[in-house]
Amino acid sequence: MSSRIPLPYAPRVLELFQNPQNLGRMEDATVYAAAGSPACGDMIAFYLKLDEPNALIIKSSFESYGCASNIAAASQLTIMIENKSLEEAWKITWADVSEALGGLPSVKTHCGSLAVGALRRAIRTYYKEKELKLPTWLPEELSKDEKHALEEEALAEKLAKKYKLLEKRD
Amino acid sequence: MSNIEGLLKQHGKPDKEVYLDWENGSLVDKEVYAEMRPYYLERTFGNPAITHRMGWETLDFFMKAKTKIAKPLNIDPQALALTHSFSESNNLAIKGIAKMNKKRKKIIVSEAEHLSVIHTAKSMFSDQYKVEIIPVSNDGTMNLDILQERINDDTLLVSLQAVNHEIGTIQPVKEALEIVKDKDDSILFHTDATSAFGRIPIDYGKVEVDLATINSNRILGPKGIAGLYIKDGIKIKSIYEGQLSLEILSPDVENPALLAGFAKAVEIQFNRFDEIKNHTQNLRDKLLYGLQTSIERTEINGPSGERRAPDNVNISYLGCEGEALTVECSMNGIYVSSGSACTSRVLMPSHILTAIGRKPEVAHGSLLMKINRLNTEEQINYVLERMPKIINRIRSITGGIEL
Repeated sequence: MSSRIPLPYAPRVLELFQNPQNLGRMEDATVYAAAGSPACGDMIAFYLKLDEPNALIIKSSFESYGCASNIAAASQLTIMIENKSLEEAWKITWADVSEALGGLPSVKTHCGSLAVGALRRAIRTYYKEKELKLPTWLPEELSKDEKHALEEEALAEKLAKKYKLLEKRD
Repeated sequence: MSNIEGLLKQHGKPDKEVYLDWENGSLVDKEVYAEMRPYYLERTFGNPAITHRMGWETLDFFMKAKTKIAKPLNIDPQALALTHSFSESNNLAIKGIAKMNKKRKKIIVSEAEHLSVIHTAKSMFSDQYKVEIIPVSNDGTMNLDILQERINDDTLLVSLQAVNHEIGTIQPVKEALEIVKDKDDSILFHTDATSAFGRIPIDYGKVEVDLATINSNRILGPKGIAGLYIKDGIKIKSIYEGQLSLEILSPDVENPALLAGFAKAVEIQFNRFDEIKNHTQNLRDKLLYGLQTSIERTEINGPSGERRAPDNVNISYLGCEGEALTVECSMNGIYVSSGSACTSRVLMPSHILTAIGRKPEVAHGSLLMKINRLNTEEQINYVLERMPKIINRIRSITGGIEL
Protein backbone atom coordinates (compact mmCIF):
# COMPACT_ATOMS: atom_id res chain seq x y z
CA MET A 1 0.00 0.00 0.00
CA SER A 2 1.06 3.48 -0.59
CA SER A 3 1.07 5.80 2.40
CA ARG A 4 -2.45 6.50 3.50
CA ILE A 5 -4.34 9.50 4.70
CA PRO A 6 -7.91 9.79 6.04
CA LEU A 7 -10.41 11.07 3.47
CA PRO A 8 -13.48 12.45 5.19
CA TYR A 9 -15.66 13.00 2.12
CA ALA A 10 -18.63 15.31 2.46
CA PRO A 11 -22.01 13.57 2.05
CA ARG A 12 -22.54 15.30 -1.30
CA VAL A 13 -19.45 13.56 -2.73
CA LEU A 14 -20.85 10.16 -1.82
CA GLU A 15 -24.30 11.14 -3.08
CA LEU A 16 -22.96 12.07 -6.53
CA PHE A 17 -20.70 9.01 -6.56
CA GLN A 18 -23.72 6.78 -5.92
CA ASN A 19 -25.92 8.59 -8.37
CA PRO A 20 -23.81 10.61 -10.80
CA GLN A 21 -25.68 13.24 -12.80
CA ASN A 22 -24.90 13.73 -16.50
CA LEU A 23 -22.73 10.64 -16.78
CA GLY A 24 -21.72 9.19 -20.11
CA ARG A 25 -20.51 9.88 -23.60
CA MET A 26 -22.53 12.39 -25.63
CA GLU A 27 -22.84 11.36 -29.26
CA ASP A 28 -24.02 14.76 -30.57
CA ALA A 29 -21.59 16.89 -28.55
CA THR A 30 -20.45 20.17 -30.07
CA VAL A 31 -17.09 19.81 -28.41
CA TYR A 32 -15.15 17.29 -26.36
CA ALA A 33 -11.98 17.50 -24.22
CA ALA A 34 -10.18 15.35 -21.69
CA ALA A 35 -7.67 16.14 -18.96
CA GLY A 36 -5.43 14.07 -16.74
CA SER A 37 -3.97 10.68 -17.49
CA PRO A 38 -4.61 7.01 -16.80
CA ALA A 39 -1.03 6.68 -15.54
CA CYS A 40 -1.91 9.03 -12.69
CA GLY A 41 -5.20 7.19 -12.10
CA ASP A 42 -7.02 10.39 -12.66
CA MET A 43 -8.77 11.43 -15.88
CA ILE A 44 -11.91 13.36 -16.82
CA ALA A 45 -13.59 13.68 -20.23
CA PHE A 46 -16.06 16.52 -20.82
CA TYR A 47 -18.74 16.75 -23.53
CA LEU A 48 -20.58 20.01 -24.26
CA LYS A 49 -23.66 20.59 -26.41
CA LEU A 50 -23.86 24.27 -27.31
CA ASP A 51 -26.40 26.74 -28.55
CA GLU A 52 -23.69 28.18 -30.74
CA PRO A 53 -25.17 31.53 -31.84
CA ASN A 54 -25.74 32.47 -28.18
CA ALA A 55 -22.59 30.78 -26.81
CA LEU A 56 -24.77 28.87 -24.33
CA ILE A 57 -24.27 25.41 -22.85
CA ILE A 58 -27.47 23.44 -23.44
CA LYS A 59 -26.22 20.26 -21.81
CA SER A 60 -23.00 18.64 -20.76
CA SER A 61 -21.81 15.23 -19.67
CA PHE A 62 -18.68 13.54 -18.37
CA GLU A 63 -16.78 10.30 -18.08
CA SER A 64 -14.29 9.74 -15.28
CA TYR A 65 -11.46 7.36 -14.63
CA GLY A 66 -10.72 8.34 -11.07
CA CYS A 67 -11.59 8.26 -7.41
CA ALA A 68 -14.94 9.03 -5.81
CA SER A 69 -14.14 12.75 -5.49
CA ASN A 70 -12.99 12.89 -9.11
CA ILE A 71 -16.35 11.47 -10.23
CA ALA A 72 -18.29 13.77 -7.90
CA ALA A 73 -16.32 16.88 -8.97
CA ALA A 74 -16.93 16.22 -12.67
CA SER A 75 -20.62 15.52 -12.09
CA GLN A 76 -21.03 18.60 -9.89
CA LEU A 77 -19.44 20.78 -12.54
CA THR A 78 -21.84 19.52 -15.24
CA ILE A 79 -24.72 20.53 -12.96
CA MET A 80 -23.18 23.96 -12.34
CA ILE A 81 -22.77 24.81 -16.04
CA GLU A 82 -26.24 23.79 -17.21
CA ASN A 83 -27.80 26.63 -19.22
CA LYS A 84 -24.83 28.87 -18.48
CA SER A 85 -23.04 30.97 -21.07
CA LEU A 86 -19.53 29.88 -22.02
CA GLU A 87 -18.24 32.97 -20.24
CA GLU A 88 -20.05 32.06 -17.00
CA ALA A 89 -18.82 28.46 -17.28
CA TRP A 90 -15.25 29.61 -17.84
CA LYS A 91 -15.32 31.65 -14.65
CA ILE A 92 -16.17 28.71 -12.38
CA THR A 93 -13.12 27.82 -10.25
CA TRP A 94 -12.07 24.65 -8.48
CA ALA A 95 -12.92 26.41 -5.21
CA ASP A 96 -16.53 26.86 -6.42
CA VAL A 97 -16.71 23.14 -7.28
CA SER A 98 -15.21 22.18 -3.94
CA GLU A 99 -17.65 24.43 -2.08
CA ALA A 100 -20.64 22.97 -3.94
CA LEU A 101 -19.45 19.51 -2.90
CA GLY A 102 -19.35 20.53 0.76
CA GLY A 103 -15.55 20.81 0.70
CA LEU A 104 -12.97 18.40 -0.68
CA PRO A 105 -10.23 16.97 1.56
CA SER A 106 -7.05 18.95 0.90
CA VAL A 107 -5.28 16.14 -1.00
CA LYS A 108 -8.33 15.95 -3.26
CA THR A 109 -8.58 19.60 -4.30
CA HIS A 110 -6.78 18.62 -7.49
CA CYS A 111 -9.89 16.61 -8.48
CA GLY A 112 -11.83 19.89 -8.57
CA SER A 113 -8.95 21.46 -10.43
CA LEU A 114 -8.84 18.67 -13.00
CA ALA A 115 -12.59 18.92 -13.66
CA VAL A 116 -12.28 22.66 -14.19
CA GLY A 117 -9.17 22.08 -16.34
CA ALA A 118 -11.08 19.66 -18.59
CA LEU A 119 -14.02 22.05 -18.97
CA ARG A 120 -11.79 25.02 -19.82
CA ARG A 121 -9.89 22.88 -22.29
CA ALA A 122 -13.21 22.01 -23.95
CA ILE A 123 -14.17 25.70 -24.16
CA ARG A 124 -10.77 26.63 -25.59
CA THR A 125 -10.99 23.72 -28.03
CA TYR A 126 -14.36 24.97 -29.24
CA TYR A 127 -13.00 28.39 -30.19
CA LYS A 128 -9.94 26.82 -31.78
CA GLU A 129 -11.81 24.17 -33.80
CA LYS A 130 -14.36 26.67 -35.09
CA GLU A 131 -11.58 29.18 -35.77
CA LEU A 132 -13.51 31.82 -33.89
CA LYS A 133 -11.99 34.98 -32.51
CA LEU A 134 -11.19 34.54 -28.82
CA PRO A 135 -13.66 36.49 -26.66
CA THR A 136 -12.18 39.06 -24.30
CA TRP A 137 -12.88 36.90 -21.20
CA LEU A 138 -10.83 34.02 -22.60
CA PRO A 139 -7.13 34.72 -21.93
CA GLU A 140 -4.47 33.70 -24.47
CA GLU A 141 -2.39 32.33 -21.61
CA LEU A 142 -3.41 29.03 -20.08
CA SER A 143 -5.25 29.36 -16.77
CA LYS A 144 -3.99 27.72 -13.57
CA ASP A 145 -6.33 24.73 -13.81
CA GLU A 146 -5.40 24.09 -17.44
CA LYS A 147 -1.74 24.19 -16.41
CA HIS A 148 -2.50 21.77 -13.60
CA ALA A 149 -3.87 19.31 -16.13
CA LEU A 150 -0.73 19.74 -18.22
CA GLU A 151 1.49 19.16 -15.19
CA GLU A 152 -0.33 15.95 -14.44
CA GLU A 153 0.00 14.79 -18.02
CA ALA A 154 3.73 15.58 -17.94
CA LEU A 155 4.06 13.53 -14.77
CA ALA A 156 2.28 10.66 -16.50
CA GLU A 157 4.74 10.85 -19.35
CA LYS A 158 7.60 10.65 -16.87
CA LEU A 159 5.96 7.64 -15.24
CA ALA A 160 5.49 5.98 -18.61
CA LYS A 161 9.18 6.49 -19.42
CA LYS A 162 10.15 5.02 -16.06
CA TYR A 163 8.08 1.93 -16.82
CA LYS A 164 9.66 1.52 -20.22
CA LEU A 165 13.01 1.62 -18.44
CA LEU A 166 11.80 -1.01 -16.00
CA GLU A 167 10.70 -3.25 -18.85
CA LYS A 168 14.09 -2.91 -20.49
CA ARG A 169 15.76 -3.87 -17.22
CA ASP A 170 13.78 -7.12 -17.11
CA MET B 1 -23.27 17.43 12.31
CA SER B 2 -19.69 16.90 11.22
CA ASN B 3 -18.91 15.95 7.66
CA ILE B 4 -17.91 12.43 8.64
CA GLU B 5 -21.17 11.83 10.48
CA GLY B 6 -23.00 13.05 7.38
CA LEU B 7 -20.87 10.82 5.19
CA LEU B 8 -21.73 7.78 7.30
CA LYS B 9 -25.42 8.70 7.23
CA GLN B 10 -25.33 9.07 3.44
CA HIS B 11 -23.54 5.71 3.19
CA GLY B 12 -25.96 3.85 5.49
CA LYS B 13 -25.32 0.42 6.96
CA PRO B 14 -25.54 -2.29 4.30
CA ASP B 15 -27.78 -5.27 5.12
CA LYS B 16 -24.92 -7.65 4.62
CA GLU B 17 -21.30 -6.92 5.46
CA VAL B 18 -18.12 -8.83 4.63
CA TYR B 19 -14.84 -7.60 6.07
CA LEU B 20 -11.80 -8.51 3.98
CA ASP B 21 -9.45 -5.64 4.93
CA TRP B 22 -7.50 -7.69 7.49
CA GLU B 23 -4.29 -6.19 6.13
CA ASN B 24 -5.20 -2.77 7.47
CA GLY B 25 -6.88 -3.57 10.75
CA SER B 26 -8.34 -6.52 12.65
CA LEU B 27 -10.74 -6.94 15.53
CA VAL B 28 -9.78 -8.97 18.58
CA ASP B 29 -10.99 -12.56 18.79
CA LYS B 30 -13.68 -13.07 21.48
CA GLU B 31 -11.62 -15.67 23.33
CA VAL B 32 -8.62 -13.34 23.21
CA TYR B 33 -10.68 -10.52 24.64
CA ALA B 34 -11.99 -12.76 27.45
CA GLU B 35 -8.40 -13.63 28.31
CA MET B 36 -7.37 -9.95 28.38
CA ARG B 37 -10.24 -8.60 30.46
CA PRO B 38 -9.11 -9.70 33.95
CA TYR B 39 -5.65 -8.25 33.25
CA TYR B 40 -7.26 -4.83 32.97
CA LEU B 41 -9.64 -5.21 35.89
CA GLU B 42 -8.00 -7.31 38.55
CA ARG B 43 -4.85 -9.25 37.67
CA THR B 44 -1.11 -8.44 37.41
CA PHE B 45 -1.32 -4.74 36.82
CA GLY B 46 1.78 -4.13 38.95
CA ASN B 47 5.00 -3.04 37.30
CA PRO B 48 7.23 -6.09 36.74
CA ALA B 49 10.38 -4.14 37.65
CA ILE B 50 9.28 -3.19 41.18
CA THR B 51 10.07 -5.25 44.29
CA HIS B 52 6.67 -6.08 45.67
CA ARG B 53 4.34 -9.03 45.38
CA MET B 54 2.25 -7.37 42.65
CA GLY B 55 5.36 -6.61 40.62
CA TRP B 56 6.72 -10.15 40.93
CA GLU B 57 3.33 -11.53 39.95
CA THR B 58 3.49 -9.53 36.73
CA LEU B 59 7.08 -10.63 36.16
CA ASP B 60 6.04 -14.26 36.53
CA PHE B 61 3.17 -13.72 34.11
CA PHE B 62 5.47 -12.06 31.54
CA MET B 63 7.89 -14.98 31.54
CA LYS B 64 5.10 -17.50 31.05
CA ALA B 65 3.32 -15.49 28.34
CA LYS B 66 6.52 -14.96 26.37
CA THR B 67 7.18 -18.70 26.55
CA LYS B 68 3.82 -19.28 24.86
CA ILE B 69 4.63 -16.84 22.03
CA ALA B 70 8.17 -18.19 21.57
CA LYS B 71 7.11 -21.83 21.34
CA PRO B 72 5.75 -21.98 17.77
CA LEU B 73 8.79 -20.03 16.53
CA ASN B 74 11.10 -22.51 18.25
CA ILE B 75 13.07 -19.74 19.95
CA ASP B 76 14.23 -18.98 23.47
CA PRO B 77 11.56 -16.82 25.22
CA GLN B 78 14.38 -14.61 26.53
CA ALA B 79 15.22 -13.73 22.93
CA LEU B 80 11.81 -12.18 22.31
CA ALA B 81 11.62 -8.41 22.82
CA LEU B 82 8.16 -6.89 23.05
CA THR B 83 7.37 -3.68 21.14
CA HIS B 84 4.22 -1.68 20.46
CA SER B 85 3.82 -2.48 16.77
CA PHE B 86 5.43 -4.32 13.87
CA SER B 87 6.55 -0.93 12.53
CA GLU B 88 8.42 -0.32 15.77
CA SER B 89 9.94 -3.81 15.55
CA ASN B 90 11.16 -3.11 12.01
CA ASN B 91 12.56 0.28 13.04
CA LEU B 92 14.28 -1.30 16.02
CA ALA B 93 15.76 -4.10 13.92
CA ILE B 94 17.42 -1.63 11.54
CA LYS B 95 18.22 1.43 13.64
CA GLY B 96 18.94 -0.53 16.83
CA ILE B 97 21.47 -2.73 15.03
CA ALA B 98 23.07 0.27 13.32
CA LYS B 99 23.50 2.02 16.68
CA MET B 100 25.63 -0.83 18.00
CA ASN B 101 27.58 -1.59 14.82
CA LYS B 102 29.31 1.48 13.47
CA LYS B 103 31.91 -0.16 11.24
CA ARG B 104 29.79 -1.62 8.47
CA LYS B 105 27.79 0.86 6.45
CA LYS B 106 25.57 -1.04 4.02
CA ILE B 107 21.95 -2.00 4.58
CA ILE B 108 20.22 -4.19 1.99
CA VAL B 109 16.45 -4.58 1.68
CA SER B 110 14.13 -5.94 -0.98
CA GLU B 111 12.09 -3.61 -3.15
CA ALA B 112 8.84 -5.19 -1.94
CA GLU B 113 9.39 -4.69 1.80
CA HIS B 114 6.79 -2.97 3.94
CA LEU B 115 7.30 0.82 4.07
CA SER B 116 8.30 0.50 7.74
CA VAL B 117 11.41 -1.32 6.46
CA ILE B 118 12.06 0.69 3.27
CA HIS B 119 11.52 4.10 4.86
CA THR B 120 13.58 3.16 7.92
CA ALA B 121 16.43 1.94 5.74
CA LYS B 122 16.30 5.08 3.59
CA SER B 123 16.26 7.27 6.70
CA MET B 124 19.75 5.90 7.46
CA PHE B 125 21.22 7.81 4.48
CA SER B 126 21.63 10.82 6.74
CA ASP B 127 23.86 8.76 9.05
CA GLN B 128 26.18 7.93 6.13
CA TYR B 129 24.73 4.48 5.59
CA LYS B 130 24.44 3.09 2.10
CA VAL B 131 21.12 1.48 1.25
CA GLU B 132 20.72 -1.05 -1.53
CA ILE B 133 17.27 -1.96 -2.74
CA ILE B 134 17.22 -5.41 -4.36
CA PRO B 135 14.67 -5.78 -7.19
CA VAL B 136 12.00 -8.45 -7.21
CA SER B 137 10.66 -10.62 -10.04
CA ASN B 138 7.22 -10.09 -11.57
CA ASP B 139 5.69 -12.26 -8.86
CA GLY B 140 7.44 -10.33 -6.08
CA THR B 141 10.28 -12.75 -5.29
CA MET B 142 13.59 -11.15 -4.30
CA ASN B 143 16.30 -11.60 -6.94
CA LEU B 144 18.86 -13.76 -5.13
CA ASP B 145 21.54 -13.39 -7.83
CA ILE B 146 21.53 -9.64 -7.35
CA LEU B 147 21.57 -10.12 -3.57
CA GLN B 148 24.65 -12.30 -3.94
CA GLU B 149 26.35 -9.64 -6.07
CA ARG B 150 25.62 -6.79 -3.69
CA ILE B 151 26.64 -8.24 -0.32
CA ASN B 152 30.21 -7.46 0.68
CA ASP B 153 32.38 -6.96 3.76
CA ASP B 154 30.79 -3.56 4.32
CA THR B 155 27.29 -5.06 4.65
CA LEU B 156 25.74 -4.68 8.07
CA LEU B 157 22.24 -6.03 7.60
CA VAL B 158 20.01 -7.71 5.05
CA SER B 159 16.24 -7.49 5.52
CA LEU B 160 13.84 -9.72 3.60
CA GLN B 161 10.21 -10.19 4.56
CA ALA B 162 8.90 -13.75 4.99
CA VAL B 163 5.62 -13.08 3.18
CA ASN B 164 4.70 -10.01 1.17
CA HIS B 165 1.79 -8.23 2.85
CA GLU B 166 0.21 -7.02 -0.36
CA ILE B 167 0.62 -9.67 -3.04
CA GLY B 168 1.26 -12.70 -0.80
CA THR B 169 4.66 -13.75 -2.17
CA ILE B 170 6.35 -16.28 0.11
CA GLN B 171 9.97 -15.11 -0.02
CA PRO B 172 12.96 -17.50 -0.22
CA VAL B 173 14.18 -16.54 3.27
CA LYS B 174 16.10 -19.78 3.84
CA GLU B 175 17.97 -19.49 0.52
CA ALA B 176 18.71 -15.79 1.02
CA LEU B 177 19.97 -16.49 4.53
CA GLU B 178 22.31 -19.20 3.21
CA ILE B 179 23.68 -16.88 0.53
CA VAL B 180 24.32 -14.15 3.08
CA LYS B 181 25.88 -16.36 5.75
CA ASP B 182 28.02 -18.29 3.22
CA LYS B 183 29.49 -15.00 2.09
CA ASP B 184 30.11 -13.57 5.55
CA ASP B 185 28.79 -14.95 8.81
CA SER B 186 28.93 -11.50 10.44
CA ILE B 187 26.29 -9.99 8.15
CA LEU B 188 23.05 -9.85 10.13
CA PHE B 189 19.79 -11.10 8.66
CA HIS B 190 16.39 -9.66 9.58
CA THR B 191 13.06 -10.98 8.39
CA ASP B 192 9.76 -9.15 8.74
CA ALA B 193 7.42 -12.07 9.46
CA THR B 194 4.39 -9.86 10.16
CA SER B 195 2.30 -11.41 7.38
CA ALA B 196 3.82 -14.89 7.76
CA PHE B 197 3.41 -15.50 11.48
CA GLY B 198 0.54 -17.95 11.93
CA ARG B 199 0.09 -18.30 8.14
CA ILE B 200 3.03 -20.42 7.02
CA PRO B 201 5.32 -22.73 9.05
CA ILE B 202 8.22 -20.85 10.60
CA ASP B 203 11.08 -22.37 12.61
CA TYR B 204 13.84 -19.98 13.64
CA GLY B 205 15.55 -22.80 15.53
CA LYS B 206 16.28 -24.28 12.09
CA VAL B 207 16.30 -21.27 9.77
CA GLU B 208 18.62 -19.24 11.94
CA VAL B 209 17.79 -15.65 11.12
CA ASP B 210 19.24 -13.06 13.50
CA LEU B 211 16.14 -10.92 13.86
CA ALA B 212 12.46 -11.46 13.11
CA THR B 213 9.41 -9.23 13.44
CA ILE B 214 6.12 -10.77 14.57
CA ASN B 215 2.75 -9.18 15.13
CA SER B 216 -0.34 -9.70 17.30
CA ASN B 217 -3.20 -7.93 15.48
CA ARG B 218 -2.75 -9.93 12.24
CA ILE B 219 -3.71 -13.08 14.17
CA LEU B 220 -6.65 -11.39 15.94
CA GLY B 221 -4.67 -10.38 19.01
CA PRO B 222 -4.85 -6.79 20.26
CA LYS B 223 -3.26 -3.83 18.48
CA GLY B 224 -0.48 -2.04 20.37
CA ILE B 225 1.79 -5.03 20.87
CA ALA B 226 4.24 -6.88 18.63
CA GLY B 227 7.56 -8.65 18.97
CA LEU B 228 11.11 -8.69 17.71
CA TYR B 229 13.07 -11.92 17.98
CA ILE B 230 16.76 -11.19 18.57
CA LYS B 231 19.07 -14.18 18.43
CA ASP B 232 21.29 -14.65 21.46
CA GLY B 233 24.53 -12.66 21.15
CA ILE B 234 23.26 -10.01 18.70
CA LYS B 235 24.11 -6.48 19.85
CA ILE B 236 21.23 -4.05 19.60
CA LYS B 237 20.26 -0.81 21.31
CA SER B 238 16.90 0.79 22.02
CA ILE B 239 15.86 3.51 19.57
CA TYR B 240 14.15 5.72 22.11
CA GLU B 241 14.84 6.51 25.72
CA GLY B 242 12.80 6.05 28.86
CA GLN B 243 12.85 4.50 32.29
CA LEU B 244 14.26 1.03 32.00
CA SER B 245 12.01 -1.82 32.93
CA LEU B 246 11.66 -5.43 31.92
CA GLU B 247 11.63 -4.68 28.19
CA ILE B 248 14.86 -2.72 27.88
CA LEU B 249 14.47 -2.22 24.11
CA SER B 250 11.04 -0.67 24.54
CA PRO B 251 11.36 1.32 27.76
CA ASP B 252 7.85 1.93 29.06
CA VAL B 253 5.46 0.55 31.63
CA GLU B 254 4.59 -2.93 30.36
CA ASN B 255 0.98 -3.72 29.49
CA PRO B 256 0.07 -7.21 30.78
CA ALA B 257 -3.42 -7.17 29.21
CA LEU B 258 -2.00 -6.70 25.70
CA LEU B 259 0.54 -9.44 26.32
CA ALA B 260 -2.15 -11.78 27.64
CA GLY B 261 -4.12 -11.16 24.45
CA PHE B 262 -1.07 -11.63 22.21
CA ALA B 263 -0.20 -14.94 23.92
CA LYS B 264 -3.79 -16.18 23.67
CA ALA B 265 -3.99 -15.24 19.98
CA VAL B 266 -0.77 -17.19 19.33
CA GLU B 267 -2.11 -20.18 21.24
CA ILE B 268 -5.35 -20.26 19.22
CA GLN B 269 -3.67 -19.66 15.86
CA PHE B 270 -1.09 -22.42 16.32
CA ASN B 271 -3.36 -24.96 18.05
CA ARG B 272 -5.58 -24.74 14.98
CA PHE B 273 -2.78 -24.04 12.46
CA ASP B 274 -3.62 -26.71 9.85
CA GLU B 275 -7.35 -26.20 10.12
CA ILE B 276 -7.00 -22.41 9.70
CA LYS B 277 -4.56 -22.80 6.81
CA ASN B 278 -6.87 -25.19 4.96
CA HIS B 279 -9.92 -23.04 5.61
CA THR B 280 -8.35 -19.78 4.43
CA GLN B 281 -6.59 -21.41 1.48
CA ASN B 282 -9.83 -23.00 0.24
CA LEU B 283 -11.68 -19.69 0.48
CA ARG B 284 -8.72 -17.87 -1.10
CA ASP B 285 -8.77 -20.17 -4.12
CA LYS B 286 -12.53 -19.91 -4.44
CA LEU B 287 -12.37 -16.11 -4.35
CA LEU B 288 -9.21 -15.61 -6.42
CA TYR B 289 -10.12 -17.92 -9.28
CA GLY B 290 -13.85 -17.18 -8.99
CA LEU B 291 -13.25 -13.47 -9.55
CA GLN B 292 -10.76 -14.13 -12.32
CA THR B 293 -13.17 -16.33 -14.26
CA SER B 294 -16.36 -14.32 -13.72
CA ILE B 295 -14.89 -10.90 -14.56
CA GLU B 296 -13.18 -9.99 -17.81
CA ARG B 297 -9.95 -7.99 -18.07
CA THR B 298 -8.39 -8.92 -14.75
CA GLU B 299 -4.81 -9.59 -13.74
CA ILE B 300 -3.80 -11.49 -10.62
CA ASN B 301 -1.00 -9.76 -8.72
CA GLY B 302 1.51 -12.08 -7.06
CA PRO B 303 2.38 -15.76 -7.44
CA SER B 304 -0.02 -18.68 -7.77
CA GLY B 305 -0.05 -22.04 -6.03
CA GLU B 306 2.19 -22.95 -3.12
CA ARG B 307 4.26 -19.79 -3.34
CA ARG B 308 1.30 -17.58 -2.50
CA ALA B 309 0.31 -16.93 1.14
CA PRO B 310 -2.87 -18.85 2.04
CA ASP B 311 -4.83 -15.71 2.84
CA ASN B 312 -3.98 -13.36 -0.04
CA VAL B 313 -6.21 -12.28 -2.95
CA ASN B 314 -4.93 -9.37 -5.03
CA ILE B 315 -6.43 -8.67 -8.45
CA SER B 316 -6.27 -5.69 -10.82
CA TYR B 317 -9.48 -4.85 -12.66
CA LEU B 318 -8.53 -3.00 -15.83
CA GLY B 319 -10.56 0.09 -16.60
CA CYS B 320 -11.34 0.69 -12.93
CA GLU B 321 -9.74 3.13 -10.54
CA GLY B 322 -9.11 1.43 -7.20
CA GLU B 323 -10.27 4.08 -4.76
CA ALA B 324 -13.64 4.34 -6.52
CA LEU B 325 -13.77 0.54 -6.36
CA THR B 326 -13.21 0.48 -2.59
CA VAL B 327 -16.03 2.99 -2.14
CA GLU B 328 -18.39 1.03 -4.42
CA CYS B 329 -17.47 -2.19 -2.58
CA SER B 330 -18.19 -0.41 0.69
CA MET B 331 -21.67 0.58 -0.55
CA ASN B 332 -22.21 -3.14 -1.08
CA GLY B 333 -20.94 -3.98 2.40
CA ILE B 334 -17.62 -5.37 1.17
CA TYR B 335 -14.61 -3.81 2.91
CA VAL B 336 -11.30 -3.99 1.01
CA SER B 337 -8.32 -1.77 0.14
CA SER B 338 -6.51 -0.74 -3.05
CA GLY B 339 -2.98 -0.05 -4.23
CA SER B 340 -4.22 2.93 -6.23
CA ALA B 341 -2.48 6.29 -5.94
CA CYS B 342 -5.67 8.09 -5.16
CA THR B 343 -5.09 8.45 -1.44
CA SER B 344 -2.10 10.72 -1.91
CA ARG B 345 -1.22 13.78 -3.97
CA VAL B 346 1.96 12.21 -5.30
CA LEU B 347 -0.17 10.14 -7.70
CA MET B 348 2.09 7.11 -7.37
CA PRO B 349 0.55 3.67 -7.02
CA SER B 350 1.68 1.04 -4.50
CA HIS B 351 5.47 0.62 -4.56
CA ILE B 352 5.02 -3.16 -4.57
CA LEU B 353 2.87 -3.22 -7.70
CA THR B 354 5.40 -0.88 -9.28
CA ALA B 355 8.24 -3.18 -8.19
CA ILE B 356 6.66 -6.18 -9.94
CA GLY B 357 6.43 -4.14 -13.14
CA ARG B 358 2.71 -3.40 -13.16
CA LYS B 359 1.90 -0.45 -15.39
CA PRO B 360 0.31 2.42 -13.43
CA GLU B 361 -3.12 1.90 -15.00
CA VAL B 362 -3.02 -1.76 -13.92
CA ALA B 363 -1.79 -0.93 -10.41
CA HIS B 364 -4.48 1.74 -9.99
CA GLY B 365 -7.18 -0.90 -10.51
CA SER B 366 -5.93 -3.30 -7.85
CA LEU B 367 -7.93 -4.55 -4.89
CA LEU B 368 -6.43 -6.39 -1.94
CA MET B 369 -8.64 -8.86 -0.11
CA LYS B 370 -7.40 -10.99 2.74
CA ILE B 371 -9.10 -14.09 4.06
CA ASN B 372 -9.26 -14.56 7.80
CA ARG B 373 -10.29 -17.63 9.78
CA LEU B 374 -13.46 -15.70 10.74
CA ASN B 375 -14.59 -15.44 7.09
CA THR B 376 -17.15 -17.98 5.91
CA GLU B 377 -17.88 -19.62 2.58
CA GLU B 378 -21.24 -17.87 2.53
CA GLN B 379 -19.45 -14.51 2.75
CA ILE B 380 -17.16 -15.43 -0.14
CA ASN B 381 -20.19 -16.46 -2.21
CA TYR B 382 -21.71 -13.06 -1.52
CA VAL B 383 -18.54 -11.28 -2.68
CA LEU B 384 -18.43 -13.44 -5.83
CA GLU B 385 -22.04 -12.60 -6.54
CA ARG B 386 -21.60 -8.84 -6.06
CA MET B 387 -18.19 -8.12 -7.56
CA PRO B 388 -19.14 -8.38 -11.27
CA LYS B 389 -21.83 -5.72 -10.72
CA ILE B 390 -19.42 -3.51 -8.78
CA ILE B 391 -16.80 -3.73 -11.53
CA ASN B 392 -19.41 -3.07 -14.22
CA ARG B 393 -20.64 0.07 -12.54
CA ILE B 394 -17.17 1.55 -12.12
CA ARG B 395 -16.29 0.59 -15.72
CA SER B 396 -19.47 2.33 -16.88
CA ILE B 397 -18.23 5.55 -15.24
CA THR B 398 -14.86 5.19 -16.98
CA GLY B 399 -16.93 4.74 -20.14
CA GLY B 400 -15.02 5.34 -23.33
CA ILE B 401 -11.93 6.87 -21.76
CA GLU B 402 -9.06 5.06 -23.38
CA LEU B 403 -6.50 3.63 -20.97
